[in-house]
Amino acid sequence: MNDLIKYAPDLLAGFLKNVQISLVCAVLSMILGTLLVAMRVSPTPVLRAVGTGYVNVVRNTPLTLVLAFAALGLSDTLGVSFSQEPSTNSFWLVVLGLSLYTATFVCEALRSGINTVPMGQAEAARAIGLTFFQSLRMIILPQAFRAVIAPLGSVMIAMIKNTTVAIAAGYLAESAFVMKDTFDDTGVSIPIFIGIVIAFMIVTLPIGFFTGWLANRLAVAR
Amino acid sequence: MNGQASVLFDAPGPRARLRNNILTLLAAIAVAAVLYVIYARFAEKGQFDGQIWKPFADPFTWTEYIIPGLLGTLKAAGLGAVFALIFGAVFGLARLSDHRWIRVPAGAVVETFRAIPLLLLIFFLFYLAPSVLGGGDYTLIALVAGLTLYNGSVLAEVVRAGVRAVPRGQSEAAYAIGLRKNQVMRLVLLPQAVTAMMPAIVSQLVVLLKDTALGYIIAYVDLLNYGFKIIPAVNFGSLIPAAIVIGVIYVGLNMVLSALATWLEKRSRRSRKTTAGPIVPPGAVAVGDTVAAVD
Repeated sequence: MNDLIKYAPDLLAGFLKNVQISLVCAVLSMILGTLLVAMRVSPTPVLRAVGTGYVNVVRNTPLTLVLAFAALGLSDTLGVSFSQEPSTNSFWLVVLGLSLYTATFVCEALRSGINTVPMGQAEAARAIGLTFFQSLRMIILPQAFRAVIAPLGSVMIAMIKNTTVAIAAGYLAESAFVMKDTFDDTGVSIPIFIGIVIAFMIVTLPIGFFTGWLANRLAVAR
Repeated sequence: MNGQASVLFDAPGPRARLRNNILTLLAAIAVAAVLYVIYARFAEKGQFDGQIWKPFADPFTWTEYIIPGLLGTLKAAGLGAVFALIFGAVFGLARLSDHRWIRVPAGAVVETFRAIPLLLLIFFLFYLAPSVLGGGDYTLIALVAGLTLYNGSVLAEVVRAGVRAVPRGQSEAAYAIGLRKNQVMRLVLLPQAVTAMMPAIVSQLVVLLKDTALGYIIAYVDLLNYGFKIIPAVNFGSLIPAAIVIGVIYVGLNMVLSALATWLEKRSRRSRKTTAGPIVPPGAVAVGDTVAAVD
């Protein structure tokens, strides 16, 4: 317990880095995921093929490989750099890798939402003369959006937990690294582990409860 | 989708077809431009030199590095899968128990391990093992134990959802003909539940296989370790070719497993052996015929 109190400031600083990565990744992966799903459902075969190929390849690649490649391949070998400062550079490499990876799950969650809308809804919308954008705005998206809340919540929770893998991209400031670093000093400490786990739960559990509650409340009765 | 109506797009008429063809052309140009930028960057940094690709034409690289690495990955994944399935079955059924003193602790264990970031759990076990068991190499043990606790907890939820997906009439009928509690579970509920949860189980095994790569961080000698540390160290400059080769292996393995899940899903959907449809466990996303576990 004394270890936990002694190292609390370092651990908290590490955890705040996880929160920072999560916030940036949440925004970027939502944007990228929306673009991907737009490609996957478009009437353009080339875009559909690219979207499907990207999602299937990236979703089946281990995140550790994606992040290690971002650091060793993209940055060290190919010279893609975000900043002269190594820690800032690796922060953005983590954000890049994790967003590219999470976007595939966001895309699948959104696509599952569109798939829940029955064909009859779209046919009825066309039959009463609604244009493409009208039927999208008034019929399809309101129904799809509700079906998407719970899966998107799960995707975001998984993404927050995945920020700990940042260490694979050489980012040595977030809580998994700080915990390892502390264990190197003090030996294994159960209170420190439990402390970090609780910090993660404080962030992830409310997201799970809130999205679950919202999804139930807004569920489309069919 | 092209040429027929979907939820989003009506069947295209002449004008829409023309528009789609123009969009296709523009998209093809954009894709080609992106590919060219990547190609140019690779060429500029000399990534197409025969020298750095040569080791992969040499059988020695495969027998000495890639195959032992793959075996390391498969060993961790195999052990993790077996233990996680056992863990999932035990805790999934425990959560369905009629006795509160079994149900509540089992639920607490499952919910806790599902919420812990896997890498933190692996680090913790990796540092805990030597202080409990004495010195030695605990990379495999920490990795397998972490994979078991996390994926086992997710599988416990799959088992629970699977048994619950069997309609109530089935167990009511079984009780009515005089079967005992364990007979109802063993003879009626489980055989039907297993068919319903197979696709979800297989897609969780894809997650487990992907997560073995976390072993790289605690220096477990797996495919990722050979590809990113050992091969580039032996063959200078071969990092990107090595990353591409092992990436293809990982993606190939996972796609085969995912295809199996999709096939099982289709089969269980039309199966007459079960009254329960294929389940989507909490935290998974179902699109059409596939269940993708989120990770």
